[in-house]
Amino acid sequence: MKKLVLAAAVLGFSALSASAVEKAPLKIGALLAVTGPAAFLGAPEARTLEMLVEELNAKGGIDGRKIQLVVKDTTGSPEKAVSFAKQLIEEEQVFAIIGPATSGETLQIKAIVEEAKALLISCAAAEKIVDPVAAHVFNVAPKDRYAAEMIFRQMKKMGVKKFGLLSSNTGFGTAGKEQVEKGAAAAGLEIAANEVYDKAATDLTAEVTKLKAAGVDAILNWSIEPAQAIVIKNARQIGLTIPIFQSHGFANIQYARTAGAAAEGVMFPASRIVVADALPAKHPQKAVVMAYKSAYEKKYKEDVSTFGGHAWDALQILVRAVQSAGLDREKVRTAIENMKGHVGTAGVFNYSPTDHNGLTIDAFAMLTVKDGKFVMLGE
Amino acid sequence: MSLELVLQYLVAGLTYGTIYAVVGVGFNIIYNATGIINFAQGEFVMLGGMTAVTLHGLVPLPLAIAGAVAVTMVVGALIEVSFIRWLRKPSVLRMVVITIGISIVVREGALLLWGESVRALPYFTGNEVTSLAFAGVHVSPQVLWSLATCLAIVGFLWFFFQHTSVGRQMRACAANRDAAALCGIPTRNLVTLSFVLSAGIGALAGCVVSPITYTSYGIGSGLAIKGFTVAILGGLGNSMAAVGAGFLVGILEAASVSLLPAAYKDAVSVALLLAILFLRPSGIFGSSAVERLRAH
Amino acid sequence: MLSSRYARIALFGAAVVLVQVATQLGGKPFFLTQLTMSAYYTLVAVGLSLLMGYAGQISLGHAAFFAIGGYASGYLTTFDLSPLREEGLVALLGRAGLLVDRADLYGGQTLAVHPWAAFAVAIVLSLAIAWAIGVPVLKLKGHYLAMATLGFGTIVYSVVLGTARFGAADGLSSVPPFPLVAGLAVSGARADRVSNYYVAWGLVALGLMLLVNLVESRVGRALRAIHGAEDAAGSMGVDVARFKLKTFVLSAVLAAVGGSFLTHFNGGIGPGEAAVMKSVRYVAIVAVGGMGSLWGTVATSVALNFLSLRGYFGTLDDAVFGVVLLVVMLTSPDGILRLDPRVPVKALLARLRKPNRPEEAP
Repeated sequence: MKKLVLAAAVLGFSALSASAVEKAPLKIGALLAVTGPAAFLGAPEARTLEMLVEELNAKGGIDGRKIQLVVKDTTGSPEKAVSFAKQLIEEEQVFAIIGPATSGETLQIKAIVEEAKALLISCAAAEKIVDPVAAHVFNVAPKDRYAAEMIFRQMKKMGVKKFGLLSSNTGFGTAGKEQVEKGAAAAGLEIAANEVYDKAATDLTAEVTKLKAAGVDAILNWSIEPAQAIVIKNARQIGLTIPIFQSHGFANIQYARTAGAAAEGVMFPASRIVVADALPAKHPQKAVVMAYKSAYEKKYKEDVSTFGGHAWDALQILVRAVQSAGLDREKVRTAIENMKGHVGTAGVFNYSPTDHNGLTIDAFAMLTVKDGKFVMLGE
Repeated sequence: MSLELVLQYLVAGLTYGTIYAVVGVGFNIIYNATGIINFAQGEFVMLGGMTAVTLHGLVPLPLAIAGAVAVTMVVGALIEVSFIRWLRKPSVLRMVVITIGISIVVREGALLLWGESVRALPYFTGNEVTSLAFAGVHVSPQVLWSLATCLAIVGFLWFFFQHTSVGRQMRACAANRDAAALCGIPTRNLVTLSFVLSAGIGALAGCVVSPITYTSYGIGSGLAIKGFTVAILGGLGNSMAAVGAGFLVGILEAASVSLLPAAYKDAVSVALLLAILFLRPSGIFGSSAVERLRAH
Repeated sequence: MLSSRYARIALFGAAVVLVQVATQLGGKPFFLTQLTMSAYYTLVAVGLSLLMGYAGQISLGHAAFFAIGGYASGYLTTFDLSPLREEGLVALLGRAGLLVDRADLYGGQTLAVHPWAAFAVAIVLSLAIAWAIGVPVLKLKGHYLAMATLGFGTIVYSVVLGTARFGAADGLSSVPPFPLVAGLAVSGARADRVSNYYVAWGLVALGLMLLVNLVESRVGRALRAIHGAEDAAGSMGVDVARFKLKTFVLSAVLAAVGGSFLTHFNGGIGPGEAAVMKSVRYVAIVAVGGMGSLWGTVATSVALNFLSLRGYFGTLDDAVFGVVLLVVMLTSPDGILRLDPRVPVKALLARLRKPNRPEEAP
């Protein structure tokens, strides 16, 4: 009888402890502009996160806990970003937040996140996100400054002395314009014409005509919306045969497709994710970009973009930090801050307490369009 | 500035101007028949372009365009029948708000249907880089197609309103709706026809400029403001003047780029609108109907 | 008379307290964040409600005034004047106590305008602009008025979007809290959540008092009795144009106040606050709540804004407002939630007396 009771007790205990072993899920929040004017950034990022979370959970999650992704669609609106950030931090009590997709939203919530000592890994690129450094705020997108430098290098190689700068009135365009203006003189190049156009512009013939009048040797366009394709079309249509450069915002093959024949020969810096197939097998990023590319394209039947890649990098970095430091937020923060040599889709990340971005100019490769496809420049 | 540059700016202005002109004319057709300013006018242009691109995946280009125009006309008719027809002597305030509501619903519907990506029809002749050169000016053949279409639309409308019985009935309706009704003119159906016509020409214009300007779900609202500016500039109700006004506004915008930073190009047409409204709401070619509206 | 006018507001105050206590007891104190934000949007809506209901004027650009207030406060309190510390005007302002030195989050020092001074500028600026715009715009009618206000809104949007100083598309961020009186500040910090809730709704109550005063003034009552037949009112010596302008300016200033406070609460503002869709949202709220019905507007504004800010409408946010607007205007153009029963009765009487209202379409 006693043995029976003992056996029952042991069975009971093990049943209890078995259910206790099933830990609560790890909540990770995502603030992304899934719809609205920034949807071309936020939508692929949301899809990437969902795909990666599914993959990770199938392998057992992190530290034995399943990941629960809470995605809030900010529609690109800073007020919603603020409201949802507070919701995610206070109500959902997420472990960390990935996103937002745009610099404007990130800057609006930077102070909120820092004061609440929450953890934020942003997919946006503005320098101000990580400069000044906020202890709890990181980002994974390469800096505009490096993109500009890559372009200047190529321009000098091609003997360009003065170029025309066109940029859109979005955050991305303004940030790029600032970096280009800062870096051009140091690179020995002159900006002979400098025009800002509205992001919804549907025809830029007048703007490129102004550039033509200034006698520029090359055109640099810095924007992230359809205007990128319109600019190059209009430029070619008015008979300009000079080299055309784009920012890394061009790194989405649909822009090349939309611009059709006008996109041929356009040069731009980009992360290697968009030429994943062409990377040599020995390249340090080859494995990571091919894994992401094949998984994403298989699941969603659309081409990968650098934007989706940011979300992939952000989550992978978070996961790696948790795996090494456990589930203490401050320890994870320190782990990210000291992470070195993390290979992502955007490049190889080396964080430090003074560098919460982790990327250098090597994150970029110079690409061009040939026969409607992205190829590395010089091939 | 060399002559060549001036001409190049002129060509740019004519490109923008075509679409503004057509939207302005569309405003006028509905206004003449109903006294309503249709804020959803720009959405017809958007629907035309988007539908054509979708159809182009299935049928050859001319059929796709014809199909898109037909579909948009049906949408125009549906809008009139569902939202406008059964209102009894609505106040202007109410109508303004209703047509705004319609434009939002159409736009969000387009977003749901087609997503946020940008689309374009292929160029009718040539491709993205071909251009015809004359007098040192380079023009894409598509621009010539747009101009030709615009003129064709205007020509058709002129013929329709002057020389067909239906057109004349619509003019009677515009002049005095009650008297027209008393004469046995089916005013309610003509109101629907005005929407159908407006939608059709908007859609056609949307198709022909989409290779140049691209279409996406949100282009309608900006066009509505510009179209209204054009309609007012030419004098509300005066279709032919709207065409001239459209080109004028387009050229002014293009010219403004040579003087001001390009970012303010859109503000130029709005500033022009405000200037007209404050100083001369009857527009360049004036009409006393406006004074009637003012005197309320 | 006085007691009944303010009795409603006292009741409203009680409701505000009740809601806060309920959230505390219900374990959802974080609802206060979205309720506070809704309060500031409500300030815009109630002013607009009066404009549309009593002055019969539509404004498709009211979000612009919200933005003017927000950007004025935000810009002046974040623009660093340290490099100019010793220069004439800046030194003068410093001595007058209008500047404040503070350390920002990252250890830097900023010398900027004191939030009170910035707030004063926001009020004066919105007042001046509203007056300047109001005089020519209010002479227009119908579509022209609508388009003029739309045009004004578009210009303000273009300016805040296109100007690098205002952060262009990224907007302003790192806006400091607004210290109102000792110990009470408009800020988004968690510790200040309850006090900010009361500040916001207290402001709404204040705004409502001002509006009710205007409505119950001689001109307001006269206009209501004649229900908008302005020519008749004019012929009886009622200065309709002046009343309209007053209403326009008051509603603009209220909107600017809302914008200023919300910018301090959120710590920033983006150009989207001036966008046309925002203006349309305010119109939709007023349309549902009842043009001229202040309480209906308050109720609708809280409901719609709260749900929107908590993400209940998801990706269909704009569509919801558009559909709401359409349905309301088609079915009950005077608004669904008319809580003041006297007005429709008077309207009905007026309609019976005057079958052909002059503002109807020809």
